[in-house]
Amino acid sequence: MIADLIIPPGLFLIIGGLALPFLSHPLRAATILGLPVIALIMVWTLPEGGALGFTYFGYEIVPIRVDALSRLFATVFLIMAFAGGLFALNQEKVAELASAFVYAGSAIGVVLAGDLITLFIFWEIMAISSTVIIWCSGSGAYGAGQRYVVVHLFGGVLLLAGIAGEVMATGSITFDAMEANSFARWLILAGFLINAGAPPLSAWLPDAYPEASWSGTVFLSAFTTKTAVYVLLRGYPGTEILVYVGLYMVFYGIVYAILENDMRRILAYSIINQVGFMVCGIGLGSEMALNGVASHAFAHILYKALLLMSAGSVLLMTGKRKCTDLGGLFRTMPITAICGIVGALSISAFPLTSGFISKSMISQSAADAHLMIVWLALAAASASVFLYVGIKFPWFVFFQKDSGMRPAEPPQNMRIAMYLMCAFCIGLGVYPDPLYAILPYPVDYAPYTGAHVIFQFQLLLFSGLAFFLMLKMLKRTLTVTLDFDWFWRGIGRTLASEFDGRATTAWLRLAERCYQSTNRFVDTIYHYHGPESRFGRTWPTGAMAFWTMVLLATYLIAYFI
Amino acid sequence: MAAGKSDSNHWLVRPATIRAIWAISLAVLAITVLGDLVVEHHPHFGIDGTFGFGAWFGFSACVVLVVFSKALGAILKRWDDYYDR
Repeated sequence: MIADLIIPPGLFLIIGGLALPFLSHPLRAATILGLPVIALIMVWTLPEGGALGFTYFGYEIVPIRVDALSRLFATVFLIMAFAGGLFALNQEKVAELASAFVYAGSAIGVVLAGDLITLFIFWEIMAISSTVIIWCSGSGAYGAGQRYVVVHLFGGVLLLAGIAGEVMATGSITFDAMEANSFARWLILAGFLINAGAPPLSAWLPDAYPEASWSGTVFLSAFTTKTAVYVLLRGYPGTEILVYVGLYMVFYGIVYAILENDMRRILAYSIINQVGFMVCGIGLGSEMALNGVASHAFAHILYKALLLMSAGSVLLMTGKRKCTDLGGLFRTMPITAICGIVGALSISAFPLTSGFISKSMISQSAADAHLMIVWLALAAASASVFLYVGIKFPWFVFFQKDSGMRPAEPPQNMRIAMYLMCAFCIGLGVYPDPLYAILPYPVDYAPYTGAHVIFQFQLLLFSGLAFFLMLKMLKRTLTVTLDFDWFWRGIGRTLASEFDGRATTAWLRLAERCYQSTNRFVDTIYHYHGPESRFGRTWPTGAMAFWTMVLLATYLIAYFI
Repeated sequence: MAAGKSDSNHWLVRPATIRAIWAISLAVLAITVLGDLVVEHHPHFGIDGTFGFGAWFGFSACVVLVVFSKALGAILKRWDDYYDR
């Protein structure tokens, strides 16, 4: 009876999103803000455990599986859908808003999925709807969106192949913690890691996200990489290779962000950097590490959204996105600047912000596992996060030099969305207990010890000193930095166009030859069978009588001989 | 509306303010390092128990990473219309 009343929250959001284009303006705004709130109530009233299960071709489909972990991710996704919707209320392209809600709904579908088939379906809806968001920003985003969707469809193929192999081997489609001990499971892991932005295909993220509109990037930053974190956390906790994959991502993000000039691409690289911390924590696998990963994902979604809202406001009001064009905007955009700084302090894990109470659990569990190199690497990375984004983003966008631009603050709905995110960033930093209470494992961790706070202040403030002492080296230039995507955007494209040229020539020649031989064949037929040809022309009756006589005479002679 | 000249001479960008910010910042840096004398650390590895570990480690990590990035950038950087040509 109760089961009849359950609506999957993810599906609810998807259907609501698809209805958006058909609603009139005031009703649309109410729907955008109302849907996530209703879905959040749904998530929190769902009973623990599986729901709505049915059997399909012998497979046990569990569309909804509620426990602490899936509820945590669904909650932050819905907060994000609400805040992103509020921020994007003045976005005129309703297709973007509709796909953003389909995207958010499918991400929630993934984290609530109890089996691999449901997971895969929502996984693919996520890939398609996010591509639509990128394409909504205009013709400039066409190429990046195409590269984005190809990488994600490839990841989907790996995932589906892995799931098929897993079903062959075990007969079960249940999605739970597994060990990477078979080829199929490695394929599933690879499919998950592609969405996390892991090497070598990480370039899709900084390539595509900054091409979306000022509001689109806010949505994009939240869901794809964090559902990947969720499925890795659920499926592969304690897989050692993830420690090293995570560390690579951490330093990849830092190095590329240091060299980057586009403000939103700096933030895109920092997503890979921060997801690297989480992937590393999943590899560590202790209860504290996994708690740290879950809480860091929660905090990260909110402060990264805040940073991208600040950057999106600048983009909307100035039309500029490169650090070399920006600077000095604090004069007329103080609210946007302060909100950006709050986000920047949170991502740097400054005490009293949400990053501090979440990220430190991951590095603490590296210390508890006596992994000195990992711990030192994470500490070095934490220091440089402040350098490459914590100071770099506000400095180059809002201070630096006077660009001469005097843009106004963004519209009110965008400002309120930023205030909301600021409240989360600082609120969770000051009072982390509500977040700790909904983590998957019991929390036995006190972030605010004197030693920890002093250590973090030293780490970050001296990183800041390094920034200003090396400011000349960090001056932005009008450049891009080559990445693995050079293989398909650079040499790959050259090879492809070379192949294209040669293949076209070859094809044209082949077609020419076929045409000629067909022509010859037709000519021959025409020659013998066309009108006036030997077999085609009309013959007089006399000729027939003559040939009959010849035939009979030949027969007569042959008979006598 | 004070625009133009007075706007580009905002109090935050005056040399006196910038000097004051530097002075205050350096004082704060010194205080955080001296904080090591007050609080008791619980080092896990030994190296993290050295005086002002967060300060010197954080600073040198940043210097190393920036220098490394610049070196890598020397090889991998291209003009930003590289892919559009």
